[in-house]
Amino acid sequence: MAVAVVGCAPVDETATTAAPTTSTACTKEQLSLLTPGKLTIATDKPAFEPWFKDDDPSNGQGFESAVAFAVAGELGFDRSEVQWSTVKFDAAFAPGDKQFDFDINQVSITPERAEAVDFSKGYYTVKQAVVVSEKGKFAAAKSLAELTDAKIGVQVGTTSFNAVRDVIKPAEDPDVFNDQIDVVTALKNDQVDAVVVDLPTAFYVTAAQVENSKILGQFSSTGGTPEEFGLVMEKGSALKPCVDKAVDALKTKGELAKIEQQWLGSAAGAPELR
Amino acid sequence: MSEWVKSERQVERERVRRSRARRSASIATASTIVFIVLVVWGITSSPGWPRVRETFFDGEQFVAALPDVLDGFLLNIRIFLISEVLILVIGLLVALARGIKSPAFFPIRALATLYTDVFRGVPTILVIYLIGFGLPALKLQGIPTDKATLGIIALTLSYGAYVAEVFRSGIESVHSSQVAAARSLGLSHMKTMRFVVVPQATRRVVPPLLNDFVSLQKDTALVATIGPLEALRQAQMHTFNTFDYTPYLAAALIFILLTIPMARLTDHLAARTRRRRGA
Repeated sequence: MAVAVVGCAPVDETATTAAPTTSTACTKEQLSLLTPGKLTIATDKPAFEPWFKDDDPSNGQGFESAVAFAVAGELGFDRSEVQWSTVKFDAAFAPGDKQFDFDINQVSITPERAEAVDFSKGYYTVKQAVVVSEKGKFAAAKSLAELTDAKIGVQVGTTSFNAVRDVIKPAEDPDVFNDQIDVVTALKNDQVDAVVVDLPTAFYVTAAQVENSKILGQFSSTGGTPEEFGLVMEKGSALKPCVDKAVDALKTKGELAKIEQQWLGSAAGAPELR
Repeated sequence: MSEWVKSERQVERERVRRSRARRSASIATASTIVFIVLVVWGITSSPGWPRVRETFFDGEQFVAALPDVLDGFLLNIRIFLISEVLILVIGLLVALARGIKSPAFFPIRALATLYTDVFRGVPTILVIYLIGFGLPALKLQGIPTDKATLGIIALTLSYGAYVAEVFRSGIESVHSSQVAAARSLGLSHMKTMRFVVVPQATRRVVPPLLNDFVSLQKDTALVATIGPLEALRQAQMHTFNTFDYTPYLAAALIFILLTIPMARLTDHLAARTRRRRGA
């Protein structure tokens, strides 16, 4: 018993909770970081296109990698001072010590989620898209209403599921897969009639992952407020005001738009589904 | 003959026994309470507790997730009940195949051995992945595309191998004199198995079989990886929507509620077997 109690004695947390800097000065020296002097950014593995390139977040290629380095730059870090860590989607919001200063993983900002973690301001406004096989039953569908009889596949944990349930309202429950690769495999195997992913991913799916597939169109997941991706930080993170400032600065300078144009340029021009 | 009365010594003996039983019961109770208090105190006084309470023990989230999780759990039960029957059939057939001694049937025996070796060696979740995504990829006529069905096939293949081994050990535990006696009565190998060996073997392996089925109940959650919305997946989706872990606890609770009766039944049957053997 005594051994057990000692074995799981609480970790001394003074190091991490000591200085919640509320000052608005966001110089590199004043930030409370996981590793002093280094900015630790996390994402899931595999990190897929067009968000990252070659499953390597540290190369600066792909939309989210570019955004992460741009934010780091605004905070005063050069590229060599940024280190990446691999954190699964669900580990990013688990209570306890975080393996990152912020996490970038196509996480949509919702009020419920914001109760558990801190989000930065949105860095990308996302639309959902429907991808079907060109030879499938639903290849000719023109509206969301025509999809109610379709078997739809989504990735777990994505707002795509909510979009399917709340907007398309299919007769049959959608199939929910562990990761994006499984969603794509199900489409290839004709195990599902259609998949719903965010629009940039949809372009990648049709261009590189599934032959003879096409984007049926895009739609808004909520109908109301636009859905945005945000950087995830520990609840009550002292870093948040600074990261927000960095995202704002990138927006006003047109930096974000430039990055979006470079990596997600093709994501315009899909027909709107209603 | 006069009425039998307990000797004074016997009465004293029983009194001491009773007081000892009372004493050990109260010690057990006290130590359990102390243990629980220590554990609860240890957890609730930890620095991360407020955060953990918020994200794991949120009553509102529990209530919100429970209907969906229960709905998913019906699928778990369906998968479980169907695969259980299939597993018993496959397991017994494979065990019997491994017991055939005639050299002409070597290929069947080898196949059965290969089957148990392969499917006991491959992790269940891997079997589910391979069957769930591999079979439909063949795009053959007649191969089911329904995910729950594919899950049942995968679970049956995986657990059939375990259960075959359980049956085989049961069959081997039946004393060879039973077989000799049956054969000398003129029963064929098949009839010996059917009327003498398998009935005795089955009774002996009921506890380990039930143990495997408790394990199977939990592993129905692995079927989530290939798409269907079972209990774990429903909980996971609630969690990913809200970043709150309470739905997982709801799912865990439901699984426990099903496996506990099963575990007690296993205990009961094991105890009965022991009693019957006069141990």
